[in-house]
Amino acid sequence: MKAKQSAVVLSQEEIAPTVYDMWIETSLAEQAKAGQFLCVYPGDKSTLLPRPISICEVREDRRALRIVYRVAGAGTREFSGYEKGGKIDVLGTLGNGFPLEEAVGKKVFLMGGGIGIPPILELAKQISREAGALPAVREDVMVILGYRDEKTFLKEEFEKYGSVFIATEDGSVGTKGNVMDAVREKGLGADVIYACGPMPMLRAVKAYAGERKIKAYISLEEHMACGVGACLGCVVKTKEIHHHSHVHNARICTDGPVFEAEEVEI
Amino acid sequence: MNTQVTIAGVTFKNPVMTASGTFGSGMEYGEFVDLNRLGAVVTKGVANVPWEGNPTPRVAEVYGGMLNAIGLQNPGIDVFLQRDIPFLKQYDTKIIVNVCGRTVEDYVETVERLGEEPAVSMLEINVSCPNVKEGAIAFGQKSDALFHITGEIKKHARQPVVMKLSPNVTDITEMAKAAEAAGADALSLINTITGMKIDIHRRKFALANQTGGMSGPAIKPIAVRMVYQAAHAVKIPVIGMGGIATGEDAVEFLLAGASAVSIGAMNFVNPYTTIEVVEGIEAYMRQYNVENITDLIGAV
Repeated sequence: MKAKQSAVVLSQEEIAPTVYDMWIETSLAEQAKAGQFLCVYPGDKSTLLPRPISICEVREDRRALRIVYRVAGAGTREFSGYEKGGKIDVLGTLGNGFPLEEAVGKKVFLMGGGIGIPPILELAKQISREAGALPAVREDVMVILGYRDEKTFLKEEFEKYGSVFIATEDGSVGTKGNVMDAVREKGLGADVIYACGPMPMLRAVKAYAGERKIKAYISLEEHMACGVGACLGCVVKTKEIHHHSHVHNARICTDGPVFEAEEVEI
Repeated sequence: MNTQVTIAGVTFKNPVMTASGTFGSGMEYGEFVDLNRLGAVVTKGVANVPWEGNPTPRVAEVYGGMLNAIGLQNPGIDVFLQRDIPFLKQYDTKIIVNVCGRTVEDYVETVERLGEEPAVSMLEINVSCPNVKEGAIAFGQKSDALFHITGEIKKHARQPVVMKLSPNVTDITEMAKAAEAAGADALSLINTITGMKIDIHRRKFALANQTGGMSGPAIKPIAVRMVYQAAHAVKIPVIGMGGIATGEDAVEFLLAGASAVSIGAMNFVNPYTTIEVVEGIEAYMRQYNVENITDLIGAV
């Protein structure tokens, strides 16, 4: 059940320049899934629209959620000033999340680029330890993260869940380049891919998966107004006529944000 | 306390409606609010055939509001009649279907199909969407074109016809009078105000369509003014909208002359807005001992 709530800020810290890590207490955590997102509302009413922010982690007791976001404008700048005990308006939980069952018994790439990295953390946690049927060996969970520079936020946390490979644009850590450069340099291979990151990275992932005939699940973003599927602001072009819209558009907020790469035209 | 209003022979339990394009056909917001408590659901615009809409980005935030250029994406009348109408029929609320088209024939075809559906109480004709190149706005910015299309639709419509007017005109009263003269049963206004936003860091338009329609609380004073002008220029009822966020905002429109109000962009900000407006109007009526809501209509 979706709801808009006033959640309580439990903690907040800047974990890399302009990247903030916030835990909030909310009953929305009970139903949260890896790959879902929240709409977060600024208090300043000159900035009306919600900011869609992915769920980075669900606390074990399912009473708190973690969001890790980058300050990109007035709204996220306001959020970055919130302190412990403060209130934050959130709508959730939104979107479909990553299909975990597709990882059963397979070698998987978990790929994150930049501020697309946070939602991959809860996914890595779920895939590595939720069900016994998921990849049996840790080596089969390959986490490939792309950063701008040596500020490799969340990297250590991923090491609990799989083998971590790093790419940086400036070459300061790991492979110089992007996540696909790391795959090539390390000679990695997988049966299924989960990815979130900037559009050029997702296009490269889609092309890679297409050439190898493997499934890739990519998480998309777009400017949103409602977050719940009503306004049709955040659509992505689809290969086939979509079952809900009856045209070649799917709503990222509601039909996504996770799509099978071959179904969308990006 | 009586909150009922009657427009063109159709009685609504209260004057609170949803603005077309902000509420789908009610399915999405039905998760947040009890649709039975609304005066009417005004659906997203539907055409005779499916429309793909515009490229993204389709929405952008502006100070106190937003711009949109969705481009009237819709699944077409066939799907609408099979899926959306049966959904809405489950609720004790009136159904007003917003109709869009590229040509007069497009509008007429959709209007005729809707005539076969008795659950539809009214038609709202979108001749004011600023985001599509053909049709829509072309009929809504010239009084003779508006007169013509209104007359053609009235010839074929079996339900009362509400003409939705554009604020992007020199004189709203001229448009209101043209629609009335052609037989419109009611008017609704305002549609969005054409705007533009430029991303100075990327040196690009914020919307793929370059221009978009502005909505949200920042446009409310313009909307109140136009509703007042239109309501005083014609005898037919007016449905007012533009930036309504609270019961107080809604009362302002009623006092300006609106017989009902629609909630638009604020649904996106607070999915409970419609019900809060219903309750806010009731609170106002209690506060000022207003027995009949109709006593507020045009009371300034």
